[in-house]
Amino acid sequence: MKTIRRGLSSAVVQAFLVVIGLVWMTPLAGLFLSSLRSAEDTAKGGWWTVFTDPGQLSFDNYSALLDNSGMTQAFWNTVLISVPATVLVVVIAALAGYAFAWLDFPGRDSVFLVVVALLVVPVQIGLLPVAKLFGQLGLFGTIPGVVLFHVAYGLPFAVFLLRNYFAEIPKEMLEAARMDGGSEWRIFTRLVLPVGRPAIASLAIFQFLWVWNDMLVALLFADSSSQPLTVALQSQIRQFGSNIDVLAPGAFLSLVIPVVVFFAFQRHFVQGVMAGSVK
Amino acid sequence: MTTTVVKEARRSSPARPDGARARRSRRRGRVIALLFALPALLLLGALVVYPVLFSIGRSLFDASGDTFVGGENYAEMFRDPTTLKAIRNTAIWVVVAPTLLTGLGLILAVLVEKIRWATAFKLLLFMPMAVSFLAAGIIFRLAYDEDPDKGVLNAAVVSIHDAFDEGSEYPTARARDGQGLNQQKDGSYVTGSPVSPGSATALSLVGVAPKDLPADARPAQQAAAQEAGADEVRGVVYLDFTPGGGGKPGVVDSRESGLPGMRVEAVQGGKTVASTTTAADGSFRFTGLKDGSYTLKLPKENFEQPYDGISWLGPTLVTPAIIGAYLWIWTGFAMVLIGAGLSTLPRDALEAARMDGANEWQIFRKITVPLLAPVLTVVFVTLVINVMKVFDLVYIIAPGPVQEDATVLATQMWLVSFGGGNNQGLGSALGVLLLLLVIPAMVFNVRRFRRSQR
Repeated sequence: MKTIRRGLSSAVVQAFLVVIGLVWMTPLAGLFLSSLRSAEDTAKGGWWTVFTDPGQLSFDNYSALLDNSGMTQAFWNTVLISVPATVLVVVIAALAGYAFAWLDFPGRDSVFLVVVALLVVPVQIGLLPVAKLFGQLGLFGTIPGVVLFHVAYGLPFAVFLLRNYFAEIPKEMLEAARMDGGSEWRIFTRLVLPVGRPAIASLAIFQFLWVWNDMLVALLFADSSSQPLTVALQSQIRQFGSNIDVLAPGAFLSLVIPVVVFFAFQRHFVQGVMAGSVK
Repeated sequence: MTTTVVKEARRSSPARPDGARARRSRRRGRVIALLFALPALLLLGALVVYPVLFSIGRSLFDASGDTFVGGENYAEMFRDPTTLKAIRNTAIWVVVAPTLLTGLGLILAVLVEKIRWATAFKLLLFMPMAVSFLAAGIIFRLAYDEDPDKGVLNAAVVSIHDAFDEGSEYPTARARDGQGLNQQKDGSYVTGSPVSPGSATALSLVGVAPKDLPADARPAQQAAAQEAGADEVRGVVYLDFTPGGGGKPGVVDSRESGLPGMRVEAVQGGKTVASTTTAADGSFRFTGLKDGSYTLKLPKENFEQPYDGISWLGPTLVTPAIIGAYLWIWTGFAMVLIGAGLSTLPRDALEAARMDGANEWQIFRKITVPLLAPVLTVVFVTLVINVMKVFDLVYIIAPGPVQEDATVLATQMWLVSFGGGNNQGLGSALGVLLLLLVIPAMVFNVRRFRRSQR
């Protein structure tokens, strides 16, 4: 009797979770199928009509997207923004993290506390002043401007994460290396970076994702020639219905890379997102 | 370990550093340390610290930036109706979204432990975290489309609704004037002249396109010609229209179709005494009616407009709708974080409770939830921080005309400063408000993070 009841309740749980899983998949499937249909078909009926009429499906939208120089440019801009913004944050934060963890300089701990305090600063508060500053420096509307902004606002969390991770390195290990006459630079590149690899990987994935998916910062700081995919798509959204043949494949293209990163680096990805969520 | 100590001893003895050299090497060490930290400090100083100070200062000046207005911008926030709306919406977001997410995450984390494909399920639910708010926005603009033929949510809502309430077959049907049927205020039709048992009536309607007729509809003429028995009221409801023309109004012509599935009621003294549904040829009959006079009524259900779903992105539902999209993105996060906490719970406490005969619900309420309380708090607080700053999703999903109804602090700050408002004084004040609101949650989170690092 008890086993029957338990089996029944497990079946109910399974069924419930299957339903939840389907509900979670539907929006994404809807986007993908919509991206394979013409705007006229979308205006006539929902994406589920493809199950009865698969003739609507074609890759025409994608080939049109690849012929759309504005969109391909925007895609490259996304790459040109997110890769340097990730590399720079990792390098600069690793250097600073090492300094805050193991090197001595006056006021080190209070400066580190200030860096941690900067975690609270929302991106929004920096938009206007940095825009003015970049305007004077000629960086406004350029890719380096967008990158610099992302680096600066990625740093508090990155320094915080890496300093805490580096601080866990056993003291003896570092001192042994120093005794062997290694310069700080050598110790940093040969010892600290390899040991810190898991934290660095999580940080890099989190930062890459953050920048790749950003719209707000680029909306202000990028002009039409340096805008990433998110901003280029956003500018089409006013005519949502008639632009769906651009928006749907564009959105799908923009999410393919993060999703691939997600499946390729599941563990680091989850850790990175978890750690980064303090932001 | 020992080798290190030996090395240390050997190395330090011959060096015997004098004071000047030690000082020099210490200074060198400091310079190196500063060089390591410098790039980060410069960027943070110029692009984060300075902007915060600038924004605080700027928030005390008017729109043009020339006149010092003190706290005027902060007072204005609570006077300007749109900004007030943004504050109210942000409050709704901060209360509703983290609560729902923590609850949903907890339920799913507990349930997912009971299945074999837990890993696949977690991956599936976590995946939306990789998707940008922009892409999620486009996904949900599609899903929330008001037309049930296009938006998947309304398609689902309508089909569920219609499963319980079939909806009317003839939303467009109406009676021709002066043919014996009168329309009532509520949309139903009643016969003008009374009927009594032993009589037959033909009720004529128009306004149904031949293609909209039910597939089983059959000509009504034969049924209309039948005599009624002494104790029955019978008749037909038919479409008084001959395809191709030539029929006479008010007469059941040979090619005119019955209207099947139509509800007919017999009413006496304002009360419905009998009701039936027409057959394929449009015929109906009431038997066993007492003598007397009745009115026949075609109730309004026959003519109701079809149900076409919910206006998700209308002014009233737009915020809940966007919160729904947010749930799609963040539920996996809550579930995985709570699941991690769940796996650290003492197994023996749970087992002991099971041995004592506690059921799953009791274990969940009395043991799991209290033990998980710290983790649940962390999830909640983390979500509060993120929800406070939500921007893209609102900006993308809310269509232009309802943007004002959906606005939150972050979008309002954007609109006021850059999107046409062009009041950078008020915009800066909103930025500062956002900063102040985030601080308590952040302090909590950083403290927790430092504890977990030890």
